[in-house]
Amino acid sequence: MKRITRQLAFYLCLVAIWQVISDLHIWPPYLFPSPGSVLEALQTGFADRSFLIGIGISLKRIAVGYGLSVLLGIGLGFLIAASEFLEATLGGLVLSLQSLPSLCWLPLAVLWFGLSEKAIIFVVVMGSLLSVTINTQAGVRHVPKIYLMAGRNLGARGLLLFLYVLLPASQPHLVSGLKQGWAFAWRSLISGEMIFVSLGLGHLLMMGRDLNDMSQVVAVMAIIMAIGHIVDRLLFERLENRIRHKWGLVGAA
Amino acid sequence: MSEIPAGPGWSQNKLRLQNVSRTFQTPRGPLTALEDISLEIQEGEFLCVVGPSGCGKSTLLNLIAGLDRPTSGDIWKDSAPVDGPGTDRIVIFQELGLFPWLTVLENVEFGLRMQGVSKAQRREQSRRYLRMVHLSSFESSYVHQLSGGMKQRVALARSLVTEPDVLLMDEPFAALDAQTRDLLHEEMERIWAETRKTIVFVTHNVREAVRLGGRVIVLSFRPGRIKSQFTITLPRPRHLEDPELALTAREVLAQLKEEINKAVEEEFRHEENH
Ligand SMILES: Nc1ncnc2c1ncn2[C@@H]1O[C@H](COP(=O)(O)OP(=O)(O)OP(=O)(O)O)[C@@H](O)[C@H]1O
Ligand SMILES: [Mg+2]
Repeated sequence: MKRITRQLAFYLCLVAIWQVISDLHIWPPYLFPSPGSVLEALQTGFADRSFLIGIGISLKRIAVGYGLSVLLGIGLGFLIAASEFLEATLGGLVLSLQSLPSLCWLPLAVLWFGLSEKAIIFVVVMGSLLSVTINTQAGVRHVPKIYLMAGRNLGARGLLLFLYVLLPASQPHLVSGLKQGWAFAWRSLISGEMIFVSLGLGHLLMMGRDLNDMSQVVAVMAIIMAIGHIVDRLLFERLENRIRHKWGLVGAA
Repeated sequence: MSEIPAGPGWSQNKLRLQNVSRTFQTPRGPLTALEDISLEIQEGEFLCVVGPSGCGKSTLLNLIAGLDRPTSGDIWKDSAPVDGPGTDRIVIFQELGLFPWLTVLENVEFGLRMQGVSKAQRREQSRRYLRMVHLSSFESSYVHQLSGGMKQRVALARSLVTEPDVLLMDEPFAALDAQTRDLLHEEMERIWAETRKTIVFVTHNVREAVRLGGRVIVLSFRPGRIKSQFTITLPRPRHLEDPELALTAREVLAQLKEEINKAVEEEFRHEENH
């Protein structure tokens, strides 16, 4: 509770400073919008439903793209971890591909899929798949051998050993992978939408620029931040905390 | 107390090891952890194994459990060759290996769950064993919330629940304080008397071995062979402070000391070479 009030106070201060600076009229309002005009932009954006539609489209894309990444990434991670050969070959490739910014996939995506929904989903998948894969793989590698021994000893083998020992034992890494993957997916989507220009929040951002409407730009930025943050906090941080508590990975605090 | 019948009748042998050796391939060349171990363990016997660190005690238990395979030699249980793990032979590992993602009760249930026992039945059975180790009120705790001695008892309950006839315990009480250990000794002795399981109990504590075992085996250091055996006929219940127990322990210790010295010497030699 205390944390929330402190955060609230901090953000209020930030807005107050922003207000003061914009009141000083150092820069013209079309370069430095006031909090009031951004709020207004938010109101009109939601009132004429353009923001709602943008959010809806972006969320649908992220759901498909991120969902695919999670399924493929976890599968691929376990597969690579299961074999030394794959680890040495495919594992290395995954690591080097991970260093590519996801936008690098856009030209390829456009060539393969045209200016279609598929292309943008492809960029999202390529942006987050690899970090899910790498973390899954690390999770499996870090599972203490003793859990597998104990599992086998108590009669778990094959699929049972995988489902009831290996999978839960790699949970802490798995969740970090999902969280990191989410962050990558969200960023890839927005940057993809900005260049690709076909609806969605990224597109709204570019539209604001084209119309010289700084208030709209800032308003959309705020929405993008809010969604990224809310999912991160409400979903992944809670999940992480629950696991950490269960496993006793938290300090006394 | 139950006495071992004279002459090891082969039908009463719960476990039989014949010329068992295990060699590991290591970066520094092959390492023979166990060599030519031949051993017969009677049904309901409480066998203690002592030996210096690194002599192959854990390896021996893993072999009997079927979690590892001998390089040569054979292991038999109830006159069937041991081939892979089975819930008739459960190890309580040195590191326990309790699952941190499960509650105490779920940990205990695990073996039954793998066997496909229905939820109601495995709950009931697991609770019975949790009562046996006096942990009923902790059934919904997670492992990290328990003390060392409590974890040991969860591991014990988890092993007993599948009703193995052979219990393989690897230095289970090494990390405990003296009082907790005393209590667990009594509990072990009671459970053994109640269930008549065949127990192979590894320890590096000679007194503990003599306190619990009907027979004590001393393993030699590298390669691990059976150096000597002692049959302990002291009446039960025993206590660590019993003077006769201390006397027997001294005999065993003399044997063990020789091996520990060898181990230390080898360690020195190894250090000099580097
Ligand atoms: N998987 C393995 N690969 C290579 N060497 C191994 C392996 N497992 C055990 N060893 C070696 O075999 C020897 C015996 O190991 P083991 O764990 O059985 O000893 P121990 O008697 O249980 O020792 P401690 O009392 O310290 O637990 C050791 O020298 C160890 O380094
Ligand atoms: Mg050991």
